[in-house]
Order: sequence, then structure tokens, then C-alpha cells
Amino acid sequence: MEFQRMVDGSVSMKDSAKSEISSERTLYPYVTGTSVIGLKYKDGVILASDTAGSYGSTLRYKCVERIKQVGDHTLIGASGEISDFQEIMRYLDELILYDKMWDDGNSLGPKEVHNYLNRIMYNRRNKFNPLWNSLVLGGVKKGQKYLGTVNMIGTHYEDDHLATGFGNHLARPILRSEWREDLTFEEAVKLIEKCLLVLLYRDRSSINKFQIAKITDEGTTIYPPYALKTFWGFSHFQNPSKGAAGTW
Amino acid sequence: MALRGDWMYENNGGTCVAIAGIDYCVVAADTRLSVGYNILTRDHSKICSLADKCVLASSGFQGDIRALHKNLAARHLLYQHQHNKQMSCPAMGQLLSNTLYYKRFFPYYAFNVLGGLDNEGKGCVYTYDAVGSYERVGYSAQGSGSTLIMPVLDNQLKSPSPLLLPARDAVTPLSETEAVDLVKDVFASATERDIYTGDKLEIVVINASGIKREYLELRKD
Repeated sequence: MEFQRMVDGSVSMKDSAKSEISSERTLYPYVTGTSVIGLKYKDGVILASDTAGSYGSTLRYKCVERIKQVGDHTLIGASGEISDFQEIMRYLDELILYDKMWDDGNSLGPKEVHNYLNRIMYNRRNKFNPLWNSLVLGGVKKGQKYLGTVNMIGTHYEDDHLATGFGNHLARPILRSEWREDLTFEEAVKLIEKCLLVLLYRDRSSINKFQIAKITDEGTTIYPPYALKTFWGFSHFQNPSKGAAGTW
Repeated sequence: MALRGDWMYENNGGTCVAIAGIDYCVVAADTRLSVGYNILTRDHSKICSLADKCVLASSGFQGDIRALHKNLAARHLLYQHQHNKQMSCPAMGQLLSNTLYYKRFFPYYAFNVLGGLDNEGKGCVYTYDAVGSYERVGYSAQGSGSTLIMPVLDNQLKSPSPLLLPARDAVTPLSETEAVDLVKDVFASATERDIYTGDKLEIVVINASGIKREYLELRKD
């Protein structure tokens, strides 16, 4: 019996007669999504994200829907490993399906879905095999708006506006300053677009193709992707080598 | 960004304090949730009412704290079904210690103070480390601001040494309002110097008539 050190630092046994016993678990993410932003407004909740799936520094996929509907009352937006998000959607779709099969007039609201998701994320973390995501969950049930988040180690909380990843650094300050309880849909979209624009300028893994989704008591709408107008006409960008000596 | 070392824990900061009085107990915690230099949210409660006369405040890693609180609340419900009564604070104290030690080799990153009334109606405070070692005391502070607050409580509450014979009561002779004022003072001070403490203070007072909640705004910087 001899011991081998794996890439991640874990130790596994190798018996010359048998194959090695090693564990299969998440070590690092491969295809990732960047920030998701969510905020409550007068009639419900809005979630927004771009549609990029990056493979390290390569922009591999440009049409990834990172915001999905879960049941009648919830929207979920994911950042982090896309395949783990797809796995999460399988868990949640199964949850909603079994709930529908009761056919008892009750339906799982955003709080319940968030709680279920929290437990999944925390339990995977306990098994040292996390789902490598930071998720934002928003929904409305019977007029009660809900916006919560959970990350790969199980930290979860609710607030009036949330973001994942870079959004925490760039979008939350804008939201803290300009969010109000009684935003109309148009005002909320303008505020979200302001945040998305900053992220587009400053987050290298974001692209100019965004999706906004809204959820109210009436229902869910995930809008088709669209682009924002950017401005690059700053004097410094116009002729960057103007004052420089030589051609560099 | 591979999985290495202690990726499964993070410290979400915050401070918890509890003070035991003759016939009341004050448990308080700030409501800020942070990670690194970021504030995640300003309005997150660290306090869990486990029983009629038993309140738990925890600071540390929020994922573990929430799981721990849920675990204890479920165990309390079971106890109520089996014994047809609420758990006493000393009983919950022992249960919490056992629950923490159960995960001795993959600990709950939670620093707890349990406050409530004992079987005689006197205030009692239990203070814990992350793996379940605990002690009944007259007052305690845990969390990121504990090193700032504990010396002030030692000075103001003048708790007698546990080594004295005959054993002296650790509970403070202060009135309920005086104790609450002291708690507000220590949190205001801790907020000044500890970056993880601030935003809002949640104060829970347990006495014979039940559990009362009060909030105080703290500095948000």
C-alpha cells in the first residue's frame, strides 16, 4: 500500500494490485457566469444578468440564459459554474414537479424554494463537493415580495437589492444610494441598466448582451436579450500615444 | 481558484453579548453581515429564540450558524413533543455543547452565547467556544467585537471570581433598564473600532413575562 498526493492536496491510496481509490469532487469551476443583480420594485422583483459563459479567460458561450423560472412564484439567477446551475435546475424542477403532483391548490413560494436551495448548497459544502455557484432568488407570492441569495458554502441572506460576484463591488453601492421602495418598472430598469453598464465597463468577463427578467403577482416575464449603448469617446482613448515619446 | 485549505469557512463577523440579571436576561447582537471588506447586508439577525426562556446569539460563519440554530430548534420541538414542556435554559445549554462537540472534527464555526432564565427564574448566561466547551457566567461577549467589549463588561459588572468560597452569585444587581443601557453603550463603543460591528443592534430581553425585542441604530460605516 502506498500513498499518492493528488493535485488538490488530498491523499489517496494506491495498491499495486488494485486501482487507486480517489474521490471525485469539484475542484475548480470551468464554464462560469459573472454577476447577477436583483432588486425589489413596486410591483415585484427584477433580476438581470448578461448571457456570457466564460471558459477561463475565453468567452466561450455568448447565449447562456442564466436567469430561469422556478414554479409560478420564483425566478433564479446564477453566477459561477454553469453545469452546476443546470444541476440545481434539475433539483428545483423536480421539487416543483412533486409539489404540482400533490395538486392541492398550494404552490411553493420563493421563501420555500430559497430554503430548499440553502440546504442543498450547505449540504454539498459539508460533503466537500460544492455546487460552485452564487445564486439570487426573487419572487412574489400573495403580494409579498422576496429577494434572497445563497452561495457555494451556504451563506444566505435577504435584502431589498442583491448582487453576486463583481456586482457586490460595483452594483451594490449604486443600489444602496439610489434604490427606493416605490420604484416603477421603468425606473427599476433604468437603475439596473446603470449597474449593468458599470459592470460592462469594468468586469472583463461581462459582455454587451443582457437579459432582464421580472416577476410580479401576475406572472413572470423573461425578456429577450438586448445590448446597452456604451460610450468610448473619451479624449484619452482617442489618441492614446499622442504625448508619448517614440511610437509606443 | 481551486479548492485549497479552508475554503469551506468564512467569517461573516458581528458581535454578540449577553448579561444575566436577578430575574431577567439581556441578549444582544448587531445585524451586520460582512465578508472581507464588503458588507453583504445590514439587516440580518444573529439571534434565535429557541424556547420560552432561552435565546441563542451566535457570530461566525453564517451558513453554520443558520444550520446550528435550525438543528437546535428542531431538537427543541422534539423535546416538547416527548416531554410536553419547554426546554429549560440549562438543558438547552448542555444540548448546544453536545451538538457542537459532535462536529469536533469539522466544527460549526459559530461563537455562541446562550441567555435565558434558569429553573428558578434567575437570569443565566452560558458562553461557548466553537467546539462546545462551555461555562455558566454572569455575562459574556463573543464575536469580532468581543475583545473590545469584554473588558468593559468586566469593569462595569464587577463579576465575583468563580474561585471564591462561599460561591457568590454571578448575576448582576443592575436593573433591567440599566443592563440594556450598558449593552447599548458597549455596542456603540465596539462599533467605533470594529469594522465588522455596526448598522443595527437587536436587543432581546427575557423575563418572567416573556421575550421582548428592541432595536437601536448603530453607525453604518
